[in-house]
Amino acid sequence: MRLVSRLVEGAAPRSLWGLGVLLVLLLAAPALLGKYGLSVLILILYFAYVGQAWNILMGFAGQLSLGHALYAGLGGYIAAGLYFHYGIGPWAGVFAGVAAAALAGAVVGYLGFRFSLAGVYFALLTIAFGEFTRLAFDHWDWAGGSGGLFLKVDAKVDPLKLRGGPLLFYYVILALTVGIFILCRALLESRLGRYWLAIREDPEAAQAIGVPVLRCKMIAIVISAGLTALAGVWNAFYYNNLFPETAFSMGRSIEITLAPIIGGLGTLFGPIVGAVVLTGLGEVFTDASDYLHIAGIKQIFYGLALLVIVMFRPAGLWPWIADRLGFGERRR
Amino acid sequence: MTSDFLISLAQAVTKGLLTGMVYGLMALGLSVIFGVMRVVNFAHGEMMVVGMYCAWAASEYLGLSPMLSLPLIAVLFFGLGYALQRTLISPFIGRPEHQQFLLLLAIAMLLVNGCLAIAGPDAHGVQMDSQFDSYELGPLVFDAVRLHAAIAAVAIAALLWLFFKYTRTGKSIRAAADNNMGALVVGLDVRRLYAFTFGVGAACVGAAGALMLTIIPVTPFLSAEYTLLAFVIVIVGGLGSMTGALMGGLLIGVSEAVAGLVLQPSLKSMVSFGLLILVLLLRPQGLFGGKSGT
Repeated sequence: MRLVSRLVEGAAPRSLWGLGVLLVLLLAAPALLGKYGLSVLILILYFAYVGQAWNILMGFAGQLSLGHALYAGLGGYIAAGLYFHYGIGPWAGVFAGVAAAALAGAVVGYLGFRFSLAGVYFALLTIAFGEFTRLAFDHWDWAGGSGGLFLKVDAKVDPLKLRGGPLLFYYVILALTVGIFILCRALLESRLGRYWLAIREDPEAAQAIGVPVLRCKMIAIVISAGLTALAGVWNAFYYNNLFPETAFSMGRSIEITLAPIIGGLGTLFGPIVGAVVLTGLGEVFTDASDYLHIAGIKQIFYGLALLVIVMFRPAGLWPWIADRLGFGERRR
Repeated sequence: MTSDFLISLAQAVTKGLLTGMVYGLMALGLSVIFGVMRVVNFAHGEMMVVGMYCAWAASEYLGLSPMLSLPLIAVLFFGLGYALQRTLISPFIGRPEHQQFLLLLAIAMLLVNGCLAIAGPDAHGVQMDSQFDSYELGPLVFDAVRLHAAIAAVAIAALLWLFFKYTRTGKSIRAAADNNMGALVVGLDVRRLYAFTFGVGAACVGAAGALMLTIIPVTPFLSAEYTLLAFVIVIVGGLGSMTGALMGGLLIGVSEAVAGLVLQPSLKSMVSFGLLILVLLLRPQGLFGGKSGT
């Protein structure tokens, strides 16, 4: 109970009521929505989840990673590979996948932070590791090489092996998204969270007042990488296929960063709002481009939307919406 | 080690050096833009691809070979770059990196998908008279198109060097890059200089695109690869250093060609990324980068 009271401390009662209503709606959503609606909601939750995981490193600790596909890809590939080759179920395989991604995060982080790479330079290092791994998986037979890895589609629902229809995957990703939301709130309220914000705002000043900068950044990237790998495992079993070209691509990494940047970096609701807006726009643009029959038109709309948002709301949509609604979550 | 192998190795190195010159010119554009206004142009490969499409369109509809349309494309790109900086990028100078990244990502999406919408997904190349010509030097054979492209790239880089070294505008740009506040104090119009610099960087990449089209045909899907390639080159050479960009281009060109020969062609970019990781860790300012950049 003490934990719960600490988590909700300082939150306005009406925000808590709002969250409660939202959760009930999400739990009931499969009964209210059709097949299509559910698939869109699954996408939204996925992007909200990975956005939240990425936000820990960038939004909280201020380190720009453009290579998070590395962690999602590793998690997915390892859990799927163990299942494919040895029949080891994902609930066990997920530990191996998350551990491998956390280790990869630790390596990238140690090399980058040790040599004080910051900003653009750190971002380029993360891209380089992602691309390097993509090319390695292209040539690794165990993982299926560039031909990809396919999981057998089983009609039988078996939650123990993460086999089943959209409903199963919906509730799994919902649980993950709720879990990471609570975790992020707890992290922000903790001493570690305060250290991260200090590092984000001014690393030198933080170092000077005795914040263990290197250790805090390391913890941030390890947590962020491990949590991203969870989504990777979910993703692999939801889609039943993995290709190095997509799983480790820079496009995948960029996709992960968009929801929190659009929604509002460093905020708890930013990644969620960003995921809703981007997925919603994506669906609308897909429909529109079906009428127009012009190659690339969907991406052109998407690019225009990003341009408008970053020109007029560079700090993200959520801080602005929150002000309008009177919730006023501070960008910490 | 047979002599056959040595000859094909030397052949690969020459080919890599020649292609590397064009890579170097492309990376020079990125380096100039970053060196002066500290903005990483995430749309660089996309601009390169637009340059390639322009050269293709000039050849297809106006009958101009890429070598002839190159000056026109460079001028056009200078104008576009100038306008782009003045309208969209200028407000983002000095903003957090992730905002600049998002802005340029949006621009990149518009550019590359604009090409896709207009020209379609198929590859477009140019036919040239010199396509099958070659020069021989001892056992080595130089493709004529590659050699011409490399010479043109070096000539353009030399022009650029003269511009920065001797013209008033070039010197002012270097001043603004070295000390922004100082440049403002002595009364330089820094905002105009920034727009001019972006124009120069865009002209470089547009020209590089025209040259690249003589070597390989263009598709929209090359763009992401070129953006990454340009990053690798400037980081290896030293972000903001002109010599570094050219040398980095040669180094990556050669390492790609040699990796294609010794390992597998599909592993060539792995060597480049490995090199990038090593340089970032051991010498983050780049092989040729000084302490303060440009």
